[in-house]
Amino acid sequence: MDMKSLYLLVPLAPLAGAVVAGLFGKTVGRRGAHTVTILGVLVAFLASLAIFQDVLAGNTYNGPVYTWLVSGDVRFEVGFLIDRLSVLMMLVVTFVSLMVHLYTIGYMAEDPGYQRFFSYISLFTFSMLMLVMSNNFLQLFFGWEAVGLVSYLLIGFWYTRESAIYANLKAFLVNRVGDFGFLLGIGLVLAWFGTLDYAQVFQAAPQFSNHTISLIPGETWSVLTVICILLFIGAMGKSAQFPLHVWLPDSMEGPTPISALIHAATMVTAGIFMVARMSPLFELSETALSVVMVIGAITALFMAFLGLIQNDIKRVVAYSTLSQLGYMTVALGASAYGAAIFHLMTHAFFKALLFLGAGSVIIAMHHEQDMRHMGGLKKYMPITYWTALIGSLALAGIPPFAGFFSKDAIIEAVGASHLAGSGFAYFAVLAGVFVTAFYSFRMLFMTFHGTERFRQRHHDEHHHDDHHHAVEPKESPWVVTVPLILLAVPSVYAGWVYIEPLLINGWFGGAIVVAPAHDTIGHIAENWHGVVAFVQHGVLALPFWLAVAGIATAYVFYMVRKDLPELVRRKAGILYTILEHKYGFDEFNDWFFAGGARKLGGRLWRWGDVTAIDGWLVNGSARLVGRIAGVVRHLQSGYIYHYAFAMIIGVVVMVTWFVQP
Amino acid sequence: MIEGIGILSLTIWVPIVAGLFILASGGDRSADGQRAIALVGALLGFLVAIPLWTGFDSGTAAMQFEELAEWVPMINVYYHLGVDGISMPFILLNSFTTLLVVLAGWQVIQNKVGQYMAAFLIQSGLINGVFASLDGVLFYVFFEAMLIPLYIIIGVWGGPNRVYAAIKFFLYTLLGSLMMLIALIFLFFQSGGSFEILQWHKVPIGMAAQVLLFVAFFFAFAVKVPMWPVHTWLPDAHVEAPTGGSVVLAAITLKVGAYGFLRFAMPIVPDAAHELAGLMIALSLIAVVYIGMVALVQADMKKLIAYSSIAHMGFVTLGFFIFEPLGIEGGLVQMISHGFISAALFLCIGVMYDRLHSRQIADYGGVVNSMPRFAAFFMLFAMANAGLPATSGFVGEFMVILGAVKVNFWYAFAAALTLIFGAAYTLWMYKRVVFGPVTNDKVAAMQDIDSREFLVLALLAICVLGMGLYPMPVTEVMHASVNNLLEHVAHSKLP
Repeated sequence: MDMKSLYLLVPLAPLAGAVVAGLFGKTVGRRGAHTVTILGVLVAFLASLAIFQDVLAGNTYNGPVYTWLVSGDVRFEVGFLIDRLSVLMMLVVTFVSLMVHLYTIGYMAEDPGYQRFFSYISLFTFSMLMLVMSNNFLQLFFGWEAVGLVSYLLIGFWYTRESAIYANLKAFLVNRVGDFGFLLGIGLVLAWFGTLDYAQVFQAAPQFSNHTISLIPGETWSVLTVICILLFIGAMGKSAQFPLHVWLPDSMEGPTPISALIHAATMVTAGIFMVARMSPLFELSETALSVVMVIGAITALFMAFLGLIQNDIKRVVAYSTLSQLGYMTVALGASAYGAAIFHLMTHAFFKALLFLGAGSVIIAMHHEQDMRHMGGLKKYMPITYWTALIGSLALAGIPPFAGFFSKDAIIEAVGASHLAGSGFAYFAVLAGVFVTAFYSFRMLFMTFHGTERFRQRHHDEHHHDDHHHAVEPKESPWVVTVPLILLAVPSVYAGWVYIEPLLINGWFGGAIVVAPAHDTIGHIAENWHGVVAFVQHGVLALPFWLAVAGIATAYVFYMVRKDLPELVRRKAGILYTILEHKYGFDEFNDWFFAGGARKLGGRLWRWGDVTAIDGWLVNGSARLVGRIAGVVRHLQSGYIYHYAFAMIIGVVVMVTWFVQP
Repeated sequence: MIEGIGILSLTIWVPIVAGLFILASGGDRSADGQRAIALVGALLGFLVAIPLWTGFDSGTAAMQFEELAEWVPMINVYYHLGVDGISMPFILLNSFTTLLVVLAGWQVIQNKVGQYMAAFLIQSGLINGVFASLDGVLFYVFFEAMLIPLYIIIGVWGGPNRVYAAIKFFLYTLLGSLMMLIALIFLFFQSGGSFEILQWHKVPIGMAAQVLLFVAFFFAFAVKVPMWPVHTWLPDAHVEAPTGGSVVLAAITLKVGAYGFLRFAMPIVPDAAHELAGLMIALSLIAVVYIGMVALVQADMKKLIAYSSIAHMGFVTLGFFIFEPLGIEGGLVQMISHGFISAALFLCIGVMYDRLHSRQIADYGGVVNSMPRFAAFFMLFAMANAGLPATSGFVGEFMVILGAVKVNFWYAFAAALTLIFGAAYTLWMYKRVVFGPVTNDKVAAMQDIDSREFLVLALLAICVLGMGLYPMPVTEVMHASVNNLLEHVAHSKLP
């Protein structure tokens, strides 16, 4: 098989699985549906591995698959760009997707929409692969919107739940706001570069670094700054950056495997990937990079705060995802694209692990998600506990777990950045470390340690119930625990094994471009003395101690002095209220955007269409005609002598007219 | 090809003859036979149109499949037919839509079946005549005549308020028709006694006359598109029309207006078209933004889709008047795509209406529980209406927005708002109608689509997806004609 067919196989295998499970779900049955989709994703994963080997051997590919459209002198193509960046993403996507497919067999076992679910997640895998493998902006947008569609379908998977169908509409619309900017960015790229092909655009980009555009009379901006910020608005939607982050916490209404696959590991990182892919453009605009860094920093810190007070286990992980996406975005702003992708990768592993672990707990708790009704699960679910511990350590950034390396690289890079806003960003990512460690271990302690609060609750609920079924939580079946273990493995080792090749040795090669002035990773590489030295340096530095302090504080709050959280809550007062309302974004958006658009639409309809156009113009002219007709009607009196009289007058007038000399 | 009769004539007269034949075949007692004849007629009508596609030479902008015969020699009126890359796709679209409408009305219409089917077939032939005419008078005759079956369809099989809707429509079109007639007569004299449309393309005309002609054409065509502010007949007409009427109205009739701009207004009076382009763009953008918001608050599904049609047609006129290949081809693609999507959405609403006899969003809720297969189709078409990539709805909007960025960033900015509004009004409606728990017993009792309905929706789904995934063949036939048109309108016709 030649390489091009292999490239094609990667997205098409999951697509075939999706089509079979989706259209012929009844025929193939449950077994058939999960077999065919898992097979499809497995094939994609193995093919990605083979391609990975091939790319490591130095082969890259950039070429069209088919011409989608030709118009004027523009050619729109569907094609692949296979280089180290895309192949790494392909591996992450197919691996996590495979784990989630396996896990779904257990998690969705009793769901009537089993086949539909497998069809959707395979369709998602296809879309995501098309996105990362694209060699042009058109296909990028295709994949971009397609993953949005599947996300919409999956958040609303349980379509009879009012909260789920509210959340999926919200997610789609907020993403559309991002896509609005993204599409305009793509439009500007086409207008200035005359092509949507990455390679051609990137090659021509430096020539445009001094070009300006005047969107508002009297104001001129660098074209590339405008393009980059518009593209980044797309990333803000998809990767849930402040202030377009509002959809992600609500997306937790979807089934847990989806939260792991789409809303933690892969889809939400599409924005990060996109900016890294566009590094040749972003590097030419320091303004855009500053914007990226500041937005990322705000997201990293302020979303982490929200994780502190959540009681729904999935929402804690969701806010943690928001915050970690903020870290990746900060890294992009600091031109540490490699570090962003590195963190994207480690985060994909440990966050998928944490979500699937949360899902495992939720199954054991009979679909209870409130951590206040958990506790002490450690002894009942040892595999889930130990893997969740690994995930939490990785998330908190404790060496030698994967998250430590990627997060530390980001913090170092931001520290080395000199762009406007880097001071604030550095503070935000440092403070974020403490908060992250605190909320992750708060979750761990509340869920797995302490008293078994679920007994109390079940006792209350089943008080008058004769049917006392066993409330004894038990470990999940192997289809659930095996993916946990398989995801725990890279959550442990991916950091120390990959940091040197990925970051230090310039693994991405030509796939990522960094201007010498912004080379923050180069700064890390200069001071590189091996992994052991990096860890030694790390444990002496501030971030590590902040993380330890976070864990220790969580321990005190939730294991030792359990009255402290309540005390702090009362003391915090207004601050707590602000956090509880998530800074008021939802309320504001509902009132201003959703309500405002409805109100404005109603006004335009009633005043514009109904009153002005129909009332005055259409019916008004009809009335006018009626009125004239009413006057004219008197002429048709029906009396012969009236008509005869009129004729005579007419003849007289005409004769007078024509006889005139 | 039958000796002596051209393909274009066949596409016009086969459905008309079939329709007349049905009318002659008696009343409702022979309904089954009439349905069969209608289906055969529609199928034949579609089959005879296929050679237009297969035999089309996309390398030339010249008229193809031309037919020329004397009609009224005294004033140089000819029966002159011909198509280029701009008009040809619409004959196919129209013939295809007629087939769907006949299928969709199969069991739904039980009253005056023969007349219903005949009206659609005759209308189909007349509309093909509009797109194929190269003679001004012939065009005018078809252009006016095609409305008669539509009046009848709304007036006989329509809803309770059908008379108001029909009269409103009539008032709107009357003004435009009269002004167009004057314009045609003026052009006849200006061109030294010719009704040849292609001849008119070459006639030099002064600026003042051009502006007046443009205004006349504007009233004739903008009403049909419809452009803001002459759009308010459309929601009423849709609400009152039976499903088949709405399908043809949205899928085809609106396209006649847009086609008129390309065939008449732009090439005959290019200087006025350039001069007034700003106004046309403004009206188009108002359609996209203003109408998008109005659609959001509609409580009646048909009204909502009707408003959404106006917003989508705003992209067509926007694309035309930015004078860019991407814009014009995007506009044409949008016209075809909107033909599929609006037809599909009106059919979907018709499917629900047949079961529940309501178009009010509030009467529904949780339809997915009782009609899962239907819900899947409806989802696809709703997403297509929201312009999702890989559906045809994306292609035209994408091309027009990209073309508009080149001309003026803010045009594109306003147009791209449809990404948000289009998704908001379509998916919000979908959420309230389809998702959620079953809200009442009537919804719980709804039967999922039968095989006939499945066939109709599946055919449209294939079109929507096919054109979204591979639009190239559609635009390929347009290139030569569109480039030719752009080159033509770039030259001043001032004497």
